[in-house]
Amino acid sequence: MTGAQIFIEALKKEKVEVIFGYPGGQVLPIFDKLYDSGLHFILTRHEQGAAHAADGYARATGKTGVCIATSGPGATNLTTGIANAYMDSIPMVAFTGQVKSFLIGNDAFQEADITGITRPITKHNYLVKDVKDLACVIKEAFHIASTGRPGPVVVDIPSDIQMADTNFEYPNVCNIRSYNPTLKGHPGQIKKAAKAISQAKKPIIYAGGGVIISEASEELNRLAEKIKAPVTTTLMGLGGFNQRSELSLGMLGMHGTAYANHAIMGSDLIIAVGARFDDRVTGRLDAFAPHAQIIHIDIDPSSISKNIKVHIPIVGDAKNILRELIDEIKKVPDTSHWLGTVKGWKEKYPLRYSNNTDKIKPQYVIEKICEITKGQAIICTEVGQNQMWAAQYYTYTKPRTFISSGGLGTMGFGLPAAMGVKSGCPDKIVFDIAGDGSIQMNIQELMTCVAEKLNVKIAILNNGYLGMVRQWQELFYKKRYSQTTLVNPDFVKLAEAYGAKGIRVSKKEEVEKAIVQAIEIDNVVMIDFIVEPEENVFPMVPAGEAINSMIEGLA
Amino acid sequence: MRHTISVLVENKFGVLARIAGLFSARGFNIDSLAVGETQDPAVSCMTIVVNAEDERILEQIKKQLHKLIDIITVIDLTKKEFFERELVLVKVSLDKSNKANLEKIAHKFNAEILHSDKESAIIEAALEEKNIEEFLSVLKEFGIKQLVRTGKIAIPK
Ligand SMILES: Cc1ncc(C[n+]2csc(CCOP(=O)(O)OP(=O)(O)O)c2C)c(N)n1
Ligand SMILES: [Mg+2]
Repeated sequence: MTGAQIFIEALKKEKVEVIFGYPGGQVLPIFDKLYDSGLHFILTRHEQGAAHAADGYARATGKTGVCIATSGPGATNLTTGIANAYMDSIPMVAFTGQVKSFLIGNDAFQEADITGITRPITKHNYLVKDVKDLACVIKEAFHIASTGRPGPVVVDIPSDIQMADTNFEYPNVCNIRSYNPTLKGHPGQIKKAAKAISQAKKPIIYAGGGVIISEASEELNRLAEKIKAPVTTTLMGLGGFNQRSELSLGMLGMHGTAYANHAIMGSDLIIAVGARFDDRVTGRLDAFAPHAQIIHIDIDPSSISKNIKVHIPIVGDAKNILRELIDEIKKVPDTSHWLGTVKGWKEKYPLRYSNNTDKIKPQYVIEKICEITKGQAIICTEVGQNQMWAAQYYTYTKPRTFISSGGLGTMGFGLPAAMGVKSGCPDKIVFDIAGDGSIQMNIQELMTCVAEKLNVKIAILNNGYLGMVRQWQELFYKKRYSQTTLVNPDFVKLAEAYGAKGIRVSKKEEVEKAIVQAIEIDNVVMIDFIVEPEENVFPMVPAGEAINSMIEGLA
Repeated sequence: MRHTISVLVENKFGVLARIAGLFSARGFNIDSLAVGETQDPAVSCMTIVVNAEDERILEQIKKQLHKLIDIITVIDLTKKEFFERELVLVKVSLDKSNKANLEKIAHKFNAEILHSDKESAIIEAALEEKNIEEFLSVLKEFGIKQLVRTGKIAIPK
C-alpha cells in the first residue's frame, strides 16, 4: 500500500466521519486516494476555515476533528486554527503535506517547517520520515489528541512518503511509555476534599471546560445538588451546569455576573473542576477569594497551583473524581445561610440592560434567539462584545451547546466552527452570533456552508464598530476611537451573492419575526441586526483589578 | 537558585527543540545542557542547569517538561544527593619557565596534559562545578587561549 492509501485506511479505522481541508501540490497523492475513498470531505474556502471547522465539530460531538492542507502556505494557514484548538484543549488531528523528504531544508517551493512552527501550539507533532512509521504515527496522533488533556496534533507527511509503498498494518493499541495521563484521582486527596466540603459554610463550585471535555456535567449537577453549593462556570464551562437551576450563578470573571464574582470572593471553599484560574477569571491575583480554601480537580498537573495556590489538588479525570467525591461526602454541609446571602446578591445585582428604547439592543436579540429556540440551539460565537452577550443572555442547560474561542479569542472562529458543528449535528439549530468585524474574517466559509447545505444561521450584531475594542477605548482611552470604526459591506447582498438568504433588521419589532423566519428557511441565513452602536458589555472588571470591583452599566 | 535537572527522553529528533522551547519561550536562559545516550540506546539523558530567578516559573516548566510526549522522567536533583562532573579542555600559553608549574597544577586537580609545545599546552580536567572555577582561575595566570566545556552531567546517589 502507498502512504496515501494508508492514510485513507487509517482514517477509516479511526472512524473519521468528516475531513475538512484544501488541496495543493504536496498532498496530491492523498487527495487522489480521497477521490473514491467514500470518506466525507468538506472543501472549505480557506485552510483556517478547515481548522476551525474541525475544531467546532470536535467541540459539538466530542469526537476528534480532522483537517488537512498542503505544505507551505496551506500549512501556515492552519496555524491560527491549531493554536485556537490548543488553547481550549480540543482534540484535533491536522495533516499537512510536506515537500519531498530529500528536499526538506532546501527552501524548496512551498516549504515551511510546520513541525517547528507548531511546536508550541500543539500537544504533539510528527514529521513522518519513513512510510513504515505512518500507520503507527496516525494511531498515536489520534490517541494523543483525544486522551488526557486533549489537544491538537500535527502530522506532516512529505509527498514522497505518500507515494512510497509498504505493508499496511494498523496497530490495535497504542503504547507510548512516556505518555500515561492520570485518570483516577488519589483516594487520599478525594477524602481530604470530602472532609473540607463537609466542614464548609460557604462553598462554591467553579467549573470550566474540563467538565465538558470529560463529559462530567451530570456528575457536576449531582454534586451541586447534593451539597447545595452555588455553581459558576467559566466561558468554556457554559452548558456544563444547568443554568435553569436555582444554584446557577452563570459565568464569572471579567464579564461575569456580579453575583458570581461576589460569591467567589466571599466563599470559604472553592471547588474548581476542570478550570485553570485564567487571568480573565481571577482578576487581580493577590486579591482573589481571600478567605477560601481551594480544591482543584484537573487532569493536567501543570494547571495546579499555576496562578493560584491550591490547598487540595486532585489530578485526574473530572468525571471519575466527581463520582468518587460524591460518594465520599458523608456529611452534607449546611449552606442555607450562604445560599440566602447569594440570593441577596442575585437580587441586588441582576444581569440587566436598559431596553426602554426603540433601538435594537444586542442583548435583546440574544434573549429572543434563546426564547425562540427554547434554549435548545447550539450557539457558536465570534469574538468581542457579541461573544460576551451570547455568553450572558442565552440560557445554557446542556454541555456542548456553547461553542466559542475562549483561550485564544480568535475573531473569525464562529462561522467556520458553526459549519463544523452543523456537519456533526445536522439535526440541531446552529447559530453563529457574530460581530460585523469578526464575520468578515472568515466570510468565505459562507460559500462552503451554502455548497455543502450546512444551513447555519448567522446573527450579526452589527454595531458598526470593533465594539469590544471601542468599549476599552471609551472607558480607558478617552473615547479616542482609533481604528475601530468600520465601513461595512451590505451583508444582505453579500449573503445573496453567496447563495444564502440575507435579512436586514433595523426595527425592534422585526427581531422576532426575522429569527423565526431564519430558522424556517431551508438555507444558510444571515441576519444583519442593526443594533445600538455604542452599547457596552457590563458588568466589567477592569484588567488587573479584583473581580468584585466591577463597573456597572446602570446605576 | 541554580537547579540541576536530569531528564530522560526518547532518543528522537526534535526532542531537544521541544525542551529548549519551553525555556526560551519564558525567557529562561539555560546555563548548560549535556545530552547523551543511556544504557538503553532508545533513551537519552539530558542534564540541564538553569538559574531560576522565579522558582514558581521553574516549577511550571518542570511540570510542562513532564507533559511533553517524548519525555520519560524529569528529576530535579537540586534537593537530592548527587554526583556531578563537567569536562573542560583548556589551551593555555606556555614557555619553558612555567611548564613545571603547570604539571603541578595538573596533578593537584587530577587533570591531564594532553599536548604541549613551545607556546602552549592543552589540559583536560573533569571536575565538580566549584572546583572548575578554581582550576580556571589558577590557569588564568598562564593566559587562557581557548576554553571548551561540555556542560555538567550528574547522577543521583
Ligand atoms: C484575529 C483577531 N484580531 C484581533 C482581535 C482583537 N479584538 C478583540 S474583539 C475585537 C473587535 C471585534 O469586533 P466585532 O466582530 O464587530 O465584534 P463586537 O465587539 O463589535 O461585537 C478585536 C479587534 C482578536 N480577538 N482576534
Ligand atoms: Mg462590531
